[in-house]
Amino acid sequence: MEITTEIINKLADLAKLEFSETETENLKKDMSQIISYIEKMNELDTENVEPLIFMTEETNVLRKDEVKTSITKAEALQNAASKDSDYFRVPKFIEK
Amino acid sequence: MREVDYSRYEPVIGLEVHAQMLTKSKAYCSDAYDYGASANTDVSPISLGHPGTLPMHNVEVIRFAIKMGLACNCSITENQHYARKNYFYADLPKGYQITQDKTPICTGGHIELKFKDGKSKVINITRIHMEEDAGKSFHDQDVYDSLIDLNRAGVPLIEIVSEPDIRSGEEAHLYLSEIRKLLMYLDICDGNMEEGSMRCDANISVRLKGTEKFGTRVEVKNMNSFSNVKRAIDFEIKRQIDAIENAETISMETRTFDAIKGITISMRTKEGASDYRYFPEPDLPPIHISQSFIDEVQKQMPALPKDLYDKFTKQYGLNDYDASVLTDDKSTAIYFEEIIQHTTNVKSAANWLMVNVRSYLNDQALDLNQFALNPTQIAEIIQLIDEGKVSHSAASQKIFPEFIKQSDKTVLQIAQELNLLQESNTDELQKWIDVVLSKFPEKIIEYKNGKQNLLALFMGEVMKLSKGKADPKMASKMLKETLDKN
Repeated sequence: MEITTEIINKLADLAKLEFSETETENLKKDMSQIISYIEKMNELDTENVEPLIFMTEETNVLRKDEVKTSITKAEALQNAASKDSDYFRVPKFIEK
Repeated sequence: MREVDYSRYEPVIGLEVHAQMLTKSKAYCSDAYDYGASANTDVSPISLGHPGTLPMHNVEVIRFAIKMGLACNCSITENQHYARKNYFYADLPKGYQITQDKTPICTGGHIELKFKDGKSKVINITRIHMEEDAGKSFHDQDVYDSLIDLNRAGVPLIEIVSEPDIRSGEEAHLYLSEIRKLLMYLDICDGNMEEGSMRCDANISVRLKGTEKFGTRVEVKNMNSFSNVKRAIDFEIKRQIDAIENAETISMETRTFDAIKGITISMRTKEGASDYRYFPEPDLPPIHISQSFIDEVQKQMPALPKDLYDKFTKQYGLNDYDASVLTDDKSTAIYFEEIIQHTTNVKSAANWLMVNVRSYLNDQALDLNQFALNPTQIAEIIQLIDEGKVSHSAASQKIFPEFIKQSDKTVLQIAQELNLLQESNTDELQKWIDVVLSKFPEKIIEYKNGKQNLLALFMGEVMKLSKGKADPKMASKMLKETLDKN
């Protein structure tokens, strides 16, 4: 599969990242390599094989509906890049 | 401008309803959630999306979702797994929402709408799936930044998706009311649209009547009340028809409803459908629903509005209107059932609840569960009237308001204190009747000669003489008998 500039741009857009032209070129190369490596798996016929989603056989790992308090507001906000005494602060992301 | 014939077009509407589940703790972690709690207090490393944390599924959410599925006649999916819906937004700390994609917990149900004219219509339900809510963003409180409160992050939701079977704003309103009624009867959601615990998005398109092909679909969001849903949909239908009539193309987009202006406004065009890159959520093991689990949930199901409506009409003999009003919300239906445990006068119980109690509660802006009188006390009032001890008007105008103020007393005490007990002692009544008749010998002759309406005059005099305490039914019967004997 050929990795085009359009594909890189779309992925960058979805990941909210920006790349320079050189970076894009490098990414195209790297990603093409990764994809072709993985494409090796396409040699196998998986026509009638159900996809394996989970690595364990476990089902219904459930907990009771009980409230447990774990951390305080101060602790919750502790690692935030920007905050005030109540809220996480982020750059304004809605256009007026 | 030429007249537009709107009746040539048919709107096609599907609704997506999100309902917050009334569990004690969140969907995938044990945080509490209280609407209005101080910001960022109902949080934990899991709901904050910290690296290395793992979700733990709340079993109650599954029970609640199955309840709604059973109430909507859905099939319950035996084997399910969750999916990640990936997108970046500041109030979604993990960068993905845990939701169900390929294996929704419920599929293929329907609910029935009843119109005022007695007609009904079935709206099919595509699916109900479980997912989590995001946090809240505030854009207007600060000049430079948006503020994020993650209390709501991870609160369990079910999303109920209808087929595009809805054909008008009114039908949408009715469908939404039915969904809300079911959620509230099941006690799984508080149904509060203003506080956002129930939210609704509409997919709307229009097409010429008789055509098969759907028109271009527009999604309308932010209709945060029942009346706004109807207004927004009606506006959008008209907007689309006008656009088609003016040879404009309708673009596939998301629009928001501006409740003040009463219009929908474009939010974003869907340049190539959004790419959420769904994939199976690896952190939550799959769910297997056994028949015995469904049976257990089935046993916990309360009576639903439809069951109660049937009971009220068939068993209690109420008419369609009374039964509909009384089953409109669960607390009224329960209150009614309790009144008639204590009185056989079903019709009177219905009237007291729908007229006297309801108008009092409306005036005072109270809920039924804040009402001072219990159902037994309403039954006592009805009994007092039925025994002829008080008149209906005295009971509703004087005794009822006083009883609310002094609900620790019996209704009989109140009636005595207000001096409103009617005299149905025949000796006493006969005395009054004799006094009155002795005053009008000529009128008695006129009455005998066929002037039947003089009875009203005699009755009026009896009531006056008794200071309103004569039991009118009994007095009028005795008055007639006395006149006939005379």
